[in-house]
Amino acid sequence: MSDVSDGKQQVGMVGLFEDPDALIRAAQRVRDAGYRKWDCHTPYPVHGLDQAMGLRESPVAYICLTAGFIGVGAALLMQWWMDAIDFPIRIGGKPLFSWPAFVPITFELFVLFAALATMASILILGRLGKWHSPLHDSGVMADVTSHRFAVVLSDSDAAYTAEHATQLLSGAGCQDIRPLYENEDEGGII
Amino acid sequence: MSTTTASTLKPAPLMVGAIRAQQLDHAINRPLESFPTYRWWIAFSITGAFATLFLYCFVYTVLTGIGSWGNNNPVGWGFAITNFVFWIGIGHAGTLISAILFLLRQRWRTGIARFAEAMTIFAVICALQFPLIHTGRPWLAWYWLLPLPNANNIWVNFRSPLMWDVFAVSTYGLVSLMFWYTGLLPDLATARDRAKNGYRKLVYGLLSLGWNGSNRSWRHYEKAYLLFAGLSTPLVVSVHSVVSFDFAVSVLPGWHSTIFPPYFVAGAIFSGFAMVATLIIILRKMFHLEHIITREHLDLMNRIIIVTSLMVGYSYAVELFISWYSGQIYERFVVLNRMLGPYAWAYWTMFSCNVLVPQLLWFKKIRRSPLLMYPVVILVNVGMWFERFVIVVSSLHRDYLPANWDYFRPTWIDVGLFVGSLGLFLTLVLLFCRFLPAIALAETKALLPGSQPSGGHHE
Repeated sequence: MSDVSDGKQQVGMVGLFEDPDALIRAAQRVRDAGYRKWDCHTPYPVHGLDQAMGLRESPVAYICLTAGFIGVGAALLMQWWMDAIDFPIRIGGKPLFSWPAFVPITFELFVLFAALATMASILILGRLGKWHSPLHDSGVMADVTSHRFAVVLSDSDAAYTAEHATQLLSGAGCQDIRPLYENEDEGGII
Repeated sequence: MSTTTASTLKPAPLMVGAIRAQQLDHAINRPLESFPTYRWWIAFSITGAFATLFLYCFVYTVLTGIGSWGNNNPVGWGFAITNFVFWIGIGHAGTLISAILFLLRQRWRTGIARFAEAMTIFAVICALQFPLIHTGRPWLAWYWLLPLPNANNIWVNFRSPLMWDVFAVSTYGLVSLMFWYTGLLPDLATARDRAKNGYRKLVYGLLSLGWNGSNRSWRHYEKAYLLFAGLSTPLVVSVHSVVSFDFAVSVLPGWHSTIFPPYFVAGAIFSGFAMVATLIIILRKMFHLEHIITREHLDLMNRIIIVTSLMVGYSYAVELFISWYSGQIYERFVVLNRMLGPYAWAYWTMFSCNVLVPQLLWFKKIRRSPLLMYPVVILVNVGMWFERFVIVVSSLHRDYLPANWDYFRPTWIDVGLFVGSLGLFLTLVLLFCRFLPAIALAETKALLPGSQPSGGHHE
C-alpha cells in the first residue's frame, strides 16, 4: 500500500530464480516463515514444489468423480423417462427400461460430465479468467512464462514487511529481487 | 565395451544436442511469429482449393439431394459412412498419443502430442460432416440426433446404436477439445508474453485466460491433466467400439460379429498413427523442427504402426476363419464375395496396404528414414480407407436375397466430398501450425536436462 507514484502501487516483492533447486529452497523458507499470501510462478510444473510450498493435494479428482456419477444418474433418468414413461415404445418385445441397451450412453455421459467438471475446476480453482496481473505490471511475466522462476510475496500477508521480504529472498540466495507493482486497473483486459 | 542389458534398454535421447528453454521458446514460436514461408502458401492454396471443393459438393448435395450420390437401394451407406468411420479412426491416434502414452509415462509423446491432439479435433470435425449430410436435411438433424423436445412429440430411440454413436462421438469431440485447450493454456501465455504487436498480445492473452504460471494453478492443472488422460483412455476405446456397433448390432452377414469392437479400435490406432506420421514428416521439415521431432520419434511411431498392422491382419484372418467355422452359408458367401467378387480389387488393395506393406517397417533403415517410410504410411492411409469401404459396401451390395443385389459406383460428388474433406482437414492443420504452438512447449521444457530439482533431500 506504500509508494504511490504515477498510478503504480507497490503491492509486494518478487524474487526471480534461475534454477529449480534454488526455487524449492526459497519456497521452503517462505513457507517456514509463516507466509500465507504468496505464490511461486514457473514456466512448467516443478516436481516437489507443492510440498515445498506446503500445498495440500488438489481436490479436482473428487470433483471429477462426483460429476461423473451425476452424469450416470442423469443418463439413466433421461433414458428411463423418455423411453419408458413419457413416450413408451415396445421394441423387439424387450422391457421398456431395457438397461443393457442404455449402458453406452450412460458411460458416455459419465465421461462427459466428469470432463466438463474437470475443465470447470481448472478455470475456477486455478483462478483463470483473471487477465489483470501485477506480474505484467512489474514486467516479470515474460520471464516466468519462458525460463525463470519467481517467488511472489504479497503485502496483504500479515507477516509481510518490505525489509523482511527482501531479507527472506536474499537469504534464500536470490540475486534478482524487485518490488512488485500493480497499476490501477483501468478496466482493460490485459 | 560390451553391450549390457542396461545400455540396450536405455532409451535414446529425444532431443538432439543440448537445448535450453529459451531456444525451445524460439523454435516453437517461430512459425507463429514470422510471415509464412512460400512453402506454407503453396500448401495452403492447394488444400484451400480442395476445402472449397468440399464446400461446393456439400452445398450441391444439400440443394440437389443425396440422389446426387452413388448410393442405391442395397448400398444406402456408401461413401458417407465409409468416410465417417475413416475420419473418426484418424482421430484416435491423437487421443492415444495424448492420453494413453501419457498414462504409460512414454516421454517421447511430448514432441508430437499437441499436433496429434489437434489432428484429432480436425478429424472429428471432418467426420461429423458425413452423417450430418447423409441425413439429407442437416438443418433438421439437431432434433433427429439429439434428445430435444420437438413438434413431433417423440423422443429419439436410445436402443439404437446410431444413437449411441451420437453420444459417443459428440462426447469424444468435446472432451478432446477440452483436453487440447487445457494443454495449450501455458503455451498461449508464452505466446502472449513474446508478442510485440498489440493485437497479437490481445488475442493470445484472451485465449490464455490470464495464465500466469502460478503454482497454485499448476497443482490443479496437473491433476486435471492426469484426469483428462484417464477419462480419454476408456473414452477412445468406447468411441470406436460404439462406431463398430453400428455394424455389429445389425443382422447383416459380415457385420454381425463380436470381433468388431477390438478390430475397429486396432484399425483406428493403425490408421491414426499413419496419418500422424504422414503429416509430421512434412511439418518438421516445413518448420525446421527436426531437432525436436527426431528420427527416434519416427522410429517409435513406426513400431506402433507395425504392431497395430499385425493386429489388423490377425482380425482379417479371424474373420475368414470364423466365417468358415460358423458353417453359415451367408457368412461364408460374404467372405468369398469380398475376396473374389466384384469388389475383390478393393479387398486386395486393403489387404496388401494394411498387412503386407507395413512389414517393410521391420527394417530399421526404413523406420528411421523419413523418405523411405513415407510411401509406407501413405499406403497405410489408403489401405485403411479401403478397409472401411470394403466393410460398408461389400456387405451391403449382396445381402440375403439375390434379387436385391446391385453394384455401388460413386459419383463425382461422392469423390469430391471425400477428397474435399482431406482438403478441409489439411487446411485446418496448416492454420493450426501457423497460429498455435504445434509442440507442447511447457511440457517439453519440463523434460529438459536440469529442468527439475536435482532430488536433493528437500524435507
